[in-house]
Amino acid sequence: MSDTATAGGAARLAVRKTYKLYIGGAFPRSESGRSYAVTDHNGGFLANAALASRKDARDAVAAARKAFAGWSAATAYNRGQVLYRVAELLEGRRAQFAAEVRSAEGLGARPAEAVVDAAIDRWVWYAGWADKIAQVRGAANPVAGPYFNFSLPEPTGVVAVIAPGSSSLLGFVSVIAPAIVTGNTVVVLASERSPLPAVTLSEVLATSDVPPGVVNVLTGRTAEIAPWLASHMDVNAIDLCGASGALADDLAAAAADNLKRVVRPEDEAWVLTPGLDRMLAYLETKTVWHPAGT
Amino acid sequence: MSALTDTPAVAGSSLREFLHGLPGVDQVGAEARAAMLASRSIKTTAKRWALDTAISMIDLTTLEGQDTPGKVRALCAKAKRPDPADPTAPKVAAVCVYPDLAHVAAAEVKGTGIHVASVATAFPSGRTSLDVKLADVKYAIGAGADEVDMVIDRGAFLAGRYQRVFDEIAAVREASAGTHLKVILETGELVTLDNVRRASWLAMLAGADFIKTSTGKVTPAATLPVTLVMLEAVRDYRAAHGRQVGVKPAGGIRAAKDAIRYLVLVNETVGEDWLDPRWFRIGASSLLNDLLMQRTRMATGRYSGPDYFTLD
Amino acid sequence: MGKLEYAPAPESRSIVSLRESYGLFIGGEFTPSVDGRAFKTISPATEEVLAEIAEAGPADVDRAVTAARQAYERTWAGLPAKERGKYLFRIARIVQERARELAVLESLDNGKPIRESRDVDIPLAAAHFFYHAGWADKLEYAGYGPAPRPLGVAGQVIPWNFPLLMLAWKIAPALACGNTVVLKPAETTPLTALVFAEICQQADLPAGVVNIVTGAGDTGRALVTHPGIDKVAFTGSTEVGKQIARDCATQPRKKVTLELGGKAANIVFEDAPVDQAVEGIVNGIFFNQGHVCCAGSRLLVQESVYSDVLAALRRRLGTLRLGDPLDKNTDVGAINSAAQLAKIRELSAVGEAEGAQRWSPPCELPVKGFWFPPTLFTGVTQAHRIAREEIFGPVLSVLTFRTPAEAVEKANNTPYGLSAGVWTDKGSLILWMSSRLRAGVVWANTFNKFDPSSPFGGYKESGYGREGGRHGLEAYLDV
Repeated sequence: MSDTATAGGAARLAVRKTYKLYIGGAFPRSESGRSYAVTDHNGGFLANAALASRKDARDAVAAARKAFAGWSAATAYNRGQVLYRVAELLEGRRAQFAAEVRSAEGLGARPAEAVVDAAIDRWVWYAGWADKIAQVRGAANPVAGPYFNFSLPEPTGVVAVIAPGSSSLLGFVSVIAPAIVTGNTVVVLASERSPLPAVTLSEVLATSDVPPGVVNVLTGRTAEIAPWLASHMDVNAIDLCGASGALADDLAAAAADNLKRVVRPEDEAWVLTPGLDRMLAYLETKTVWHPAGT
Repeated sequence: MSALTDTPAVAGSSLREFLHGLPGVDQVGAEARAAMLASRSIKTTAKRWALDTAISMIDLTTLEGQDTPGKVRALCAKAKRPDPADPTAPKVAAVCVYPDLAHVAAAEVKGTGIHVASVATAFPSGRTSLDVKLADVKYAIGAGADEVDMVIDRGAFLAGRYQRVFDEIAAVREASAGTHLKVILETGELVTLDNVRRASWLAMLAGADFIKTSTGKVTPAATLPVTLVMLEAVRDYRAAHGRQVGVKPAGGIRAAKDAIRYLVLVNETVGEDWLDPRWFRIGASSLLNDLLMQRTRMATGRYSGPDYFTLD
Repeated sequence: MGKLEYAPAPESRSIVSLRESYGLFIGGEFTPSVDGRAFKTISPATEEVLAEIAEAGPADVDRAVTAARQAYERTWAGLPAKERGKYLFRIARIVQERARELAVLESLDNGKPIRESRDVDIPLAAAHFFYHAGWADKLEYAGYGPAPRPLGVAGQVIPWNFPLLMLAWKIAPALACGNTVVLKPAETTPLTALVFAEICQQADLPAGVVNIVTGAGDTGRALVTHPGIDKVAFTGSTEVGKQIARDCATQPRKKVTLELGGKAANIVFEDAPVDQAVEGIVNGIFFNQGHVCCAGSRLLVQESVYSDVLAALRRRLGTLRLGDPLDKNTDVGAINSAAQLAKIRELSAVGEAEGAQRWSPPCELPVKGFWFPPTLFTGVTQAHRIAREEIFGPVLSVLTFRTPAEAVEKANNTPYGLSAGVWTDKGSLILWMSSRLRAGVVWANTFNKFDPSSPFGGYKESGYGREGGRHGLEAYLDV
């Protein structure tokens, strides 16, 4: 990032942004007062990011739970419009995100732009699913008796997400959009190494129509925070995308205590082509029986 | 309606049968109807009429633990002359206070035609013995209240003990003979519109002059769908029994725009017979200044600001 | 105290800038008709001429079909599905942005109350584009196989009762599935379709993907019989629908969907929520002046509550506000055309002649324009013509029944089968009735509800094919 500019002979010093957490629609620093230095691909200093504590994680889960009732009760049409609005705002800040992705991931200009374009289109793809997933995964069931019986998908609740480490924007969008489009709320731990595009994305979420608390973004050490999310008894599902090896196994074991729905890490080909799986992972199926008679 | 014209015996079981035999209320449909009426556009001459009518229907209210004689005197001054800058502004219908301050209000509004309403019956929760409630009512009337706003026993209602609720209202009716009895249903605690319709009928059968939505101490207080259902109830009750009962939404009505929506609801649900302070009241405090501000806007053609209207 | 007389609250016309004349929209451009013929569109509320509209002849239809074919082959079919979807999202947004202008124009040209065009027609039209935009790149999930293909060029003919909404029902799924279209709006209501052509331009939609040809029945027939189209979609009368089915009988390659007339039963049981049922009855038959193919034009009331329901209904009709369609407080607007008004008058006269009792609330009709008061017929039996024929106006026929089985029998005793309504607090009765009613849509404790995700269409002579939802995609896919 260019930090100075020359105008009329005198160098102008750029005003830098403070990167903070995003919890319940607000941008707090970590309650712990800690931060950590984030560097670019070559080890150069980019910014200090907040180093979230277990208490920040706790607050984020509380914010996500509080937002769940309203977001899950919003009409599917409304949720679709909201996700599409995120895409619109992201498109308007395309250059800013391309620059951040370049710094974060060491990509060239063109590939960085392609990543941003893909992230925008990813929002559009999921926006379209809001009012269709029930039509694809719901069913009227021809039970043998005088009953009307139907099954509908419903969001599972609060989803904790360990975002992928390498794909700071597209990967981040690819894990949160499928969770929230169906009505879940999320607490997402951004890429430890490259958290800045995720923090900037939270600014987009805050100024789009996403209600406060639907997406909560933490930055910090995966090994420190993820276990608190995995063991949290008021979290309904966890995506271990950004964890690996023994840590992922430990998190999955901790998640078993309240039978969280667990999405295990896998190869990141899904980043290229999204499917239904990440939406289905956070959906329950509800079946209703009703008699039909006079 | 034939289902409603059968006079219910007041024995407990048949009261229950009667209330449960009332036609149901479909919440979605009732809310859609209220929302449609809320979209009516009231302009120019109609708006002028509505603003003045709304002012004349206000029960100007203060019901706080921190109320003092001074506060009540200020409220009464406002009730008598809402807009010192404009003597054409109508006065309000009543002032509404706690029983121990009713005598202050009565002295202040004497001879003005403004009524003194006192809440009673252990307002707002109603959680005490019938004896204490009746004493509360007599105390308020003795202090000069000519309108009594009582609360029903919501616990008994929700437990299905309709006869107990009925008997209590009837006892208060007897104790308050000669005064105007408003029965507060506290619809925010009854929750369903079916309950609102049943409680409305119960109160009317027990002798209410008015049915009132809320104490103002519970959220939600007055809403358009709840008021719609209560208006339908007074309409059907008059058709069945020939007696007209008034309706008072109270709590949460702060903007002139909202007050006008209530008048539209009255106009298109029960008609002009109820468009009168004798049959429709609005329990409010800060609403009055917004009505005055809109009134000034219409008279001067420019927007005013809160600094130009008196507090209290 | 006096009473609350609503002052006039007209929506401003200044948001609409009407041109004196409009051409056809072919290949992305407005163009005059080849032979220069034109017709006038008027406001049915005042008979004021609004604009002159080009009338497309066979040569114009041919040009439009060619443009659509070229767009299909050269651009649209080859476009990535995702990008196709993004065009539809753009259109949805522009419809939202120009919503008020479209609403005013719709009310001017059609005569419907601004409250309805503002709160129903235009938002639903936008929602239709939004919903189908999302399908464009998800068709493999729709249940029609792994790679469903479009049909090609669709010829679409729509009615005058919901001009822009019917356009959206036709164009949105067609484009989402990868087809290009030639659409003919009704001759009495072409204006919003022509503004929609401008919206396509604003959205940079590739030329020829959407073509609008204006005209009357001859133009429509030239379009549906044109050998260059792969798909016919028609909404309108059963009579014309049958003619289209005959015309296409010799062209088996053409896929045809028809959404035609109806004579819906709105069935009120004794345990119904009465106040809401009355609202539903009113909405069922007086919404859009009864110009609704799925209107609840036959009210079936259980005999035990007949007098209560009728008294409540009459009282409610007395509060309906008929008049200027642009007034925000109008509930019932103008009849769309002189011809339609004549038909409503004729069938109402037949109803009286056949012995049914006619009633309307006191209601002053404007002098100019085409108007008909909200009307009830009681004492109607299954044998009366007003119980069998579609009136397509604000006229309700009231019949009675005693048991659920009798209600089903009477409701189904019609050649139509588009919709039905059931009013009861008993859930199992709703489902029992629904399973026996021969109608494509059954509304329970509500009526005239539409949503882009909900399939709509009829049984029997109400047509075939569905519009909306996952099921509606079938009409525009080669499956």
